[in-house]
Amino acid sequence: MAITDMSPGTNFAMGRYKRRKISNTITMGLAIGAAAFGLLWLVWILAVLLINGLSAISVSLFTQMTPPPGSAGGLLNAIFGSLVMTILGMAIGTPIGIMAGTYLAEYGKGTKLAEVTRFINDILLSAPSIIVGLFIYTVLVVPMGHFSAWAGAVSLAVLVIPVVVRTTEDMLNLVPGSLREAAAALGAPRWKVIVQVTYRAARSGIMTGILLAVARISGETAPLLFTALNNQFWSVDMNAPMANLPVTIFQFALSPYEDWQRLAWGGSLLITVAILALNIGARMLASIGTKKGQ
Amino acid sequence: MTALSMTAEQSQAALATDGDLREKISVRNLNFYYGGYHALKAINLPLFDKRVTAFIGPSGCGKSTLLRILNRIYDLYPNQRAEGEVLLDGENLLSPKQDLNLLRARVGMVFQKPTPFPMSIYDNVAYGIRLYEKLSRADMDVRVEEALRKTALWGEVKDKLRQSGLSLSGGQQQRLCIARAVAVRPAVLLLDEPTSALDPISTSKIEELVDELKPDYCIAIVTHNMQQAARVSDFTAFMYLGELVEYGATDTIFTAPKEEKTEQYITGRFG
Repeated sequence: MAITDMSPGTNFAMGRYKRRKISNTITMGLAIGAAAFGLLWLVWILAVLLINGLSAISVSLFTQMTPPPGSAGGLLNAIFGSLVMTILGMAIGTPIGIMAGTYLAEYGKGTKLAEVTRFINDILLSAPSIIVGLFIYTVLVVPMGHFSAWAGAVSLAVLVIPVVVRTTEDMLNLVPGSLREAAAALGAPRWKVIVQVTYRAARSGIMTGILLAVARISGETAPLLFTALNNQFWSVDMNAPMANLPVTIFQFALSPYEDWQRLAWGGSLLITVAILALNIGARMLASIGTKKGQ
Repeated sequence: MTALSMTAEQSQAALATDGDLREKISVRNLNFYYGGYHALKAINLPLFDKRVTAFIGPSGCGKSTLLRILNRIYDLYPNQRAEGEVLLDGENLLSPKQDLNLLRARVGMVFQKPTPFPMSIYDNVAYGIRLYEKLSRADMDVRVEEALRKTALWGEVKDKLRQSGLSLSGGQQQRLCIARAVAVRPAVLLLDEPTSALDPISTSKIEELVDELKPDYCIAIVTHNMQQAARVSDFTAFMYLGELVEYGATDTIFTAPKEEKTEQYITGRFG
């Protein structure tokens, strides 16, 4: 009986089989539809960006300063400012993030402090960046009396830390305990086990996290608006307001001047391409890591 | 248990064939706890120098636990605690004053799954040496080659020492791990089911290796494979539910066990 029920020959089995086929088709259709709907917006954004941005890309974009309304110019000071503050933000945030992640994964397992740290870190991870900007404004900008590139870099660092903490902890947790035991069994002290063996095994994952953190902060506007503000001119003074791409885009895009709007499109395209490149880089790193089997 | 009283008898048996028999490690009234769980109960056992001792028994009966006490690797985890004495050359290695890193340099360990470090074959072997000795390039080359030759891996890897240790096959990886342990020049070698993840050919290579290493070390091996225990060991300890049921010369254990449980296990009636 069981056998005949299974074969598609009988009416009873046919009914069930058809129903299953139909529900499969519906589910698949919905899934494909949802995927296409999501992709549509992404493609649309990229298309608009490319159409408007490509015309703004020229040599002067990379060689000239942001212009006053009505005259030609580029984004050199904004590109430079973004680079400086992103690099500085990473330089401050990455070591703290890696060390905190290491504590959570290697030393603090099961302790109250680690649990609290992890919880707060998760909140920080999803905190709106404008709040981080407001916070740095209160603790740095107000006491100093002026906006500065330092404050901008610090606010970016605060955004970097939770991302790096999270990925570092997750990646270290993926390293099999047997590898740590094997190193310890040779007589390696704990810190050497971590630095020489565990980090090495988790290297590509941690690097991926760092690149994703760069991608995250390189487009942030809100925290810079409160801290580094913006600067129409070339400035390398870390104690003064510094130009940067996101705030410049914000300012230029909202302006009534066509030159400025065009520059804003160009800057948007630049950031998007940079983030795209970082994400692809992160993926490649991750796949190298998995290919090695670690 | 009868273990301690039997050692004299066993010693004589071995003396008759082999000359000097020296007790390298003495386990005395050892108890072990995973939190509240009493995993090892009053174990007494000698491990002899230049001999292989096999720990056999069903899963979860404390064989690996016992092995993991001998280099105090259990110390990595909180809530695990050992009571009693384990004497290595007469010194209690369970003493809180024991320097764990120095102990582990004297007592090497190889695990169930091969655990090559994510670095080159050469660096894998050199890793342990570098922890304790500052050698010149040439001296280090000699030591690495010596360790790889001892583990019969030299011929297979001598042209690719710079390649990742992860690029080797499972059996080669395991021999690399043994080479890494041997390179530190330990006195004791602990093998925790070293062949359970390997194919028969790799397994026989590891077994030959154990035989070749025997003249220089005190070796303890945990195995689920009774034929393996019979093949490679001089002494066998049968453990069941955290207790040492029987200890003796391997021949005796496998041909004329004194305890009924041992006989049942060896003849495959449980476990």
